[in-house]
Amino acid sequence: MHIVDGALSTPVVIGGTLLAVGGIALGLRKLPMEKIPVAGVLSATFFVASLVHVPIGPSSVHLIMNGLAGLVLGWAAFPALFVGLLLQAVFFGFGGLTVLGVNTLDIALPAVIVHYLCLHGVRAASPAVAAIWGAVGGGLAIALTTGCVAVALALSGEEFVPAARLVFFAHIPIMAVEAVLSAAAVYLARKVKPELFGVLAVPGGRS
Amino acid sequence: MGHVLSPGERALKAPGAGGVRVLGGVDPRARILGAVLFAVVTVSCNRIPVLVLALAFAVGAMVLAGLAPRRTLKRMATMDGFIIFMLVLLPFTVKGQALFTLWGFEASREGMMQAVTIGLKANAVILALMVLVGTMEPVTLGHALHRLRVPAPLVHLLLFTVRYVEVLHAEYLRLRQAMKARGFRPGNSLHTWRSFGYLIGMMLVRAVERSERILGAMKCRGFTGAIPLLAHLSFTRRDGVFALVLGGIAASLVALESTHVLL
Repeated sequence: MHIVDGALSTPVVIGGTLLAVGGIALGLRKLPMEKIPVAGVLSATFFVASLVHVPIGPSSVHLIMNGLAGLVLGWAAFPALFVGLLLQAVFFGFGGLTVLGVNTLDIALPAVIVHYLCLHGVRAASPAVAAIWGAVGGGLAIALTTGCVAVALALSGEEFVPAARLVFFAHIPIMAVEAVLSAAAVYLARKVKPELFGVLAVPGGRS
Repeated sequence: MGHVLSPGERALKAPGAGGVRVLGGVDPRARILGAVLFAVVTVSCNRIPVLVLALAFAVGAMVLAGLAPRRTLKRMATMDGFIIFMLVLLPFTVKGQALFTLWGFEASREGMMQAVTIGLKANAVILALMVLVGTMEPVTLGHALHRLRVPAPLVHLLLFTVRYVEVLHAEYLRLRQAMKARGFRPGNSLHTWRSFGYLIGMMLVRAVERSERILGAMKCRGFTGAIPLLAHLSFTRRDGVFALVLGGIAASLVALESTHVLL
């Protein structure tokens, strides 16, 4: 899912970077110093989750879990996932440097959208209903992420459109897997620690 | 950080891949700015000989820095694995002079050139990034970014992430071992996916509880809401030499791209 350096056109890279900077700034505004430890530890959790390989068909995929990240982190998903992508690029060589902004946007924007669309459902009274909303969020986030990647590629040039389409269809099974995983994770968290979906809410109302 | 990918290596032992021979004394800020400059220049070049030269510079830097070539190049190849199918498609989707035909699809020369260009750029930039920045201690990266005016909350977030990736990865391995002890074997089944979901959910729950203990411990030690960033960095003559060499490389790439000396 990572886009690499050199694939996108300059306007797409600059536009993506500006939007990502805006998202990160918004996310940081909702993170007072008190909340940095919880955001940092959750960011590390999602980093570790992205190294988990889950079998699917004859192969295996690594998790993205950005839907779940959005449900737990809200706007803070922008800085938290950016940090993860930065560390991956610098220390593992995944992704790229000039495309860091675009990659952050591709992963974090769907997380924030899922936060707004599905969080109320995840907070529903019954854990089973919450799990269904978790599945919707998990699957939707991957669909939106592949959509963002496809848009970034298509805006960069006609010739990428078939590749973008292929990326989308190749990710349909991954959407299903991430939906199941998110549902199970939400179900467990709702039973064990329902406060998880609100740990980053600033006391005083805003979430 | 590299240990997370290859078990058996010691965690957070100073620099990532062990290479500090030449770069060790260079200011981390200079290395970050250098990597960004190199990336921007390389991405804006489009002539293949120039890009081959850029990749050669990156490989040269890797050798000079004393990085283990096999492991570093293996990581680079992992990235290539991600993009290979996009690159393979390009010759068939870009219109132009036909080069060869495969199963009735025409591959164009222009598309081939574009695929090679992207491959060269991506590899040169990521290799330079791993050599210049990836060899730093992750904590140093945080402090250097702070000195480069990156907002403090973002730096703290980075430092917390760096600190706890290792801890949580160990926790993940422990949970996996517990699953294995109960006879869990990953396969293609709903049971597998649900179990992985519970695993992730459990990790999130434990992460939040851990963070509560961390905050408690910080408050107990007089945490007032600001964390001091201890780093004393100053530019030295070594950094001047580094800047000169890197500036020279960037300038020569730009010059070769705009004139047509090579080829």
